Amino acid sequence: MKMKLAALAAGTMMAAAPAMADLIVPNLSYRTGAYGAGGTQYADGFNDYFTLLNERDGGIGGEMIQVPECETAYNTEKGVECYESTKEGALVFNPLSTGITYQLIPKVSVDQKVLYTPGYGRTSAKNGQVFEWVFNAPANYWDGASVAIKYLLDENGGDLNGKKIALVYHNSAYGKEPIRTLTELGEKHGFELTEIPVEAPGQEQKSQWLQIRRDQPDYVLMWGWGVMNQVAIQEAANIRFPMENFIGIWWTGSEIDVMPAGAASNGYKAVTFNGVGTDYPIYEDLQTHVIEPGLASQGGEHIGSAVYSRGMYAAVVIAEAIRKAQELAGTSAIDAPQLREGFENLNMTQERLAEIGLPDFGPAFELSCSNHGGNGKARIQQWDAEAQQWTLITDFTEPDSEILEPLIEADSTAFAEENGITPKDC
Amino acid sequence: MDQLFYASEVFINGLMTGVMYSLVALGFVLIFKASGVFNYAQGVMALFAALTLVGIMEGQVPFSHLINATFGTHLSNFSWTVGPVVAILLTAGVMVLLAIVIEKLVLQHLVGQEPIILFMATIGLAYFLEGLGDVMWGADIKTLDVGLPQGISDTIEQATANWFGYGFFIDRLDIWATIIAALLVAALVAFSQYTKQGRAMRAVADDHQAALSVGISLQFIWIMVWSIAGFVALVAGIMWGTKSGVQFSLSLIALKALPVLMLGGFTSIPGAIVGGLIIGVGEKLFEFFVGPMVGGATENWFAYVLALIFLVFRPQGLFGERIIERV
Amino acid sequence: MFYREAGNFKTSYRDDGQTFPIKLDRMGYYVILGVAAMVVPFVINDYWASAVLLPFLIYAIAAIGLNILTGYAGQVSLGTGGFMAVGAYSVYKLMTAFPDLSILIHVLLAGGITAMVGIAFGLPSLRIKGFYLAVATLAAQFFLVWLFNKVPWFYNYSASGQITAPERTVLGWAVTGPAASPAAKYLVCLAFVIFAAWVARNLTRGMIGRKWMAIRDMDIAAEIIGVNPLTAKLSAFGVSSFFVGIAGALLFAVYLGAAEVGEAFGINKSFLVLFMVIIGGLGSIFGSFAGAAFLVLLPVFLKNVLVGVLGWPTDLAAHIELMIVGALIIFFLIVEPHGLARLWQLVKEKLRLWPFPH
Repeated sequence: MKMKLAALAAGTMMAAAPAMADLIVPNLSYRTGAYGAGGTQYADGFNDYFTLLNERDGGIGGEMIQVPECETAYNTEKGVECYESTKEGALVFNPLSTGITYQLIPKVSVDQKVLYTPGYGRTSAKNGQVFEWVFNAPANYWDGASVAIKYLLDENGGDLNGKKIALVYHNSAYGKEPIRTLTELGEKHGFELTEIPVEAPGQEQKSQWLQIRRDQPDYVLMWGWGVMNQVAIQEAANIRFPMENFIGIWWTGSEIDVMPAGAASNGYKAVTFNGVGTDYPIYEDLQTHVIEPGLASQGGEHIGSAVYSRGMYAAVVIAEAIRKAQELAGTSAIDAPQLREGFENLNMTQERLAEIGLPDFGPAFELSCSNHGGNGKARIQQWDAEAQQWTLITDFTEPDSEILEPLIEADSTAFAEENGITPKDC
Repeated sequence: MDQLFYASEVFINGLMTGVMYSLVALGFVLIFKASGVFNYAQGVMALFAALTLVGIMEGQVPFSHLINATFGTHLSNFSWTVGPVVAILLTAGVMVLLAIVIEKLVLQHLVGQEPIILFMATIGLAYFLEGLGDVMWGADIKTLDVGLPQGISDTIEQATANWFGYGFFIDRLDIWATIIAALLVAALVAFSQYTKQGRAMRAVADDHQAALSVGISLQFIWIMVWSIAGFVALVAGIMWGTKSGVQFSLSLIALKALPVLMLGGFTSIPGAIVGGLIIGVGEKLFEFFVGPMVGGATENWFAYVLALIFLVFRPQGLFGERIIERV
Repeated sequence: MFYREAGNFKTSYRDDGQTFPIKLDRMGYYVILGVAAMVVPFVINDYWASAVLLPFLIYAIAAIGLNILTGYAGQVSLGTGGFMAVGAYSVYKLMTAFPDLSILIHVLLAGGITAMVGIAFGLPSLRIKGFYLAVATLAAQFFLVWLFNKVPWFYNYSASGQITAPERTVLGWAVTGPAASPAAKYLVCLAFVIFAAWVARNLTRGMIGRKWMAIRDMDIAAEIIGVNPLTAKLSAFGVSSFFVGIAGALLFAVYLGAAEVGEAFGINKSFLVLFMVIIGGLGSIFGSFAGAAFLVLLPVFLKNVLVGVLGWPTDLAAHIELMIVGALIIFFLIVEPHGLARLWQLVKEKLRLWPFPH
């Protein structure tokens, strides 16, 4: 049976290989499993933007973009399978999973593929001297933590001395990311940090929220994903924790996180680095070229949602990097190393975003050979339960680079030493 | 003094959480008792039931995604919505239908097989139902609102604040869960003690062969037990789904029921309740007293350690049937 | 007709006791070994190694390990994921602490460490039996995962708690790290699989294996005829965990290259390996391979058919894939409740008589 299966599989794999000559940007998505609800929206946004470019402009620089999709179910082993099955001719990967990203970081440098992880993945990949093939602009978790604290500083007239801040986090690599940054920031600004881990999946958080009710922290920050988000917001409402003092990172700031709690979630805040809603000129084009002809990914039911917009934003940055790479290479049929050049010379300006039809959708940032993470600007959005939409309540704020730079330096140096990488000189 | 209040608040909430665990464990016990099958699919059945309930309430078109992908249509919703009571009844009907299909297609062919094989069949069932639920109703997170209240109970907080100077937190949803669980257990006990079918069910649980020989239809009993378990799964699905929205993770609550089952004994309904309460209280108190010292998130493993400690002294579980071994 | 025993004369106990008493079987076995070791390494590419062969081989080791415990000694375990994590983290600590020692020794040592942990968590088996024993191994599963997540020493104090395998070589060929060639990785795993299967086969048909089976069939009766349940049960836990630890070490170091404990070694892994053992066939080495093949290859195959050939949307394909896997499990159980290994025996039985069945 094994043999027969192998033979059949061999046959099908040949058929699965995409036709060459187009630019290939695989979409390693997850639409099933415990995190499928978020993954679906992200993947839809990612697909739809490339569909729009293909339909409206005939691709980028005359080259059509192919987006072969592969289901990872947020599982690292399936992620590896997906990476291997789509890497032939692929330019850039965006796996939307911290676990899969860690897996791919060593692999992409050998295979010479670009790994673009906006707002997730390994934070110290910002250091382009060590992580040559990885980009995580415009913002990473440490930026997010710092921006949230900056916002709280603003709220409190620049002083957080003696305040108590609790961090509720997904007990995994992803959730533990901001702890170091927040500890350092706590020392600098004099607030007290309480760490409250939630074991995945996180359906049951009574202990955690009883603790918050007892300790009465002034603010709660949250790093969650999946069912943990909905339950945490519901429990916060149950103990009547003031929602406006409850701030999530971008992955805990989507419509599906707040909707199950209904009106009780009004006022909940989240850090974000992309705009939200359909109030952007690009949606007119999307309507005519993608939605009306029925080409929208999965019927287009999530258009304009926070996570959909983030997926679209990732696609926008990749498309701009491809444009830049074509310009630098002088050819439209670029390969992955040329795309890497494109990323390193990428300059996202507000003017360019407005041209695309997404004014003020993301921060302006510039990348270089040593800086793969941009300037880390992010903003705060707030949930309006009555109107069922997010409102952006601050402008793009810069994180505290004084704290972050040394941390990134330390972590990337440790990685370089452990893996025998000589940092590139630039 | 404050510590004492905190500890008692944790204790009470632990009891409430325990009831929620028991609701899930009950379904396992029912099926295990009547047919000796450890039903791995119980968690997925809770998810499937809750998905169906939301689907019916909101008038979703089943299989719409599949139909749209195949025929290029844009179906999503019928133009009606259904009230919670009617929808719960309809969903219960779907669960009965499911029980009949499972009996006809799976269990009937595996009569007399070893327990591990029946366990394996329920694994297959779990895979199948997980896929079916998603294909039928889509993988989005759905808000479930059947009118159960949620949030802190003001009355209790006020009263305790007046008596002790510290207002206790009790979730209204938990209070409802306790009431519903009590009603459910009372109904199950009454059913199995006082009705003909219930007595037949107990006879089957005692001895398949003997029950068959006095003319009890094994088929009918199995369908009945699986239907009841399906209904219990629906109740558990409503309770948990109200809090978190109906989504895939609902099927993982089965993991929370495992230590409860092992502690209480696979064959005892009171065991499932008492086991749930012990696990709920135990893990919450441990997290409260010891958790902060070791970095928290201890609940998942401590539940099993607690069950293990009990089992070392009573290897058949607290209320399990005494294991008699003869050579 | 194609498959016959006639003409196979055995003139010594040695001949009679061998693993493949039938010549045709033996030949087939050597051919498969030869192809696996001599042909496959030359045609293997990244996709086949990473998506198909490495997981198959590594899960086969884990399934052999669990089969010893559950299939031969009758002790249900749901702690496989946790024990694999012990193997993975041991090998990581060893690799980074003693970079000069060969990775092969590290993997074996990791197996040894896992064996000790397995024995410790096997102690309750002396008192608790049947399904109830699962609680002890489940406690191990959740406790170990929590431990590796909480104690920074295990992941060398890295910022996020992920562990990454540094590059290590065997005979000058890199087998871990990103630069390792698919053939080298494959050969290392293949060597361990052959080692595991060989040891397991010889243990299970010797005295110790018979003791395990006696305990499985009825432990009180076994005790009466002189089998010491303490040594028999704990040795089963030890040997089983040794293999499971090796599988965990290879999974992390050779196959994945980076791992996070909760994601890579969670409870799902425990269930997955248990499913492999039951579907393949309890108490059968071949069954361990068949079960691993079924649950590793089938999803990949279905995905490629549904998405690649039929062009379905990926999520629909993933859901339908689950339904097909579930339906197939039930179908196989109805056709043959004792697993794929027994099904294979029946096929051989039929082939022996073909084309003239009774």
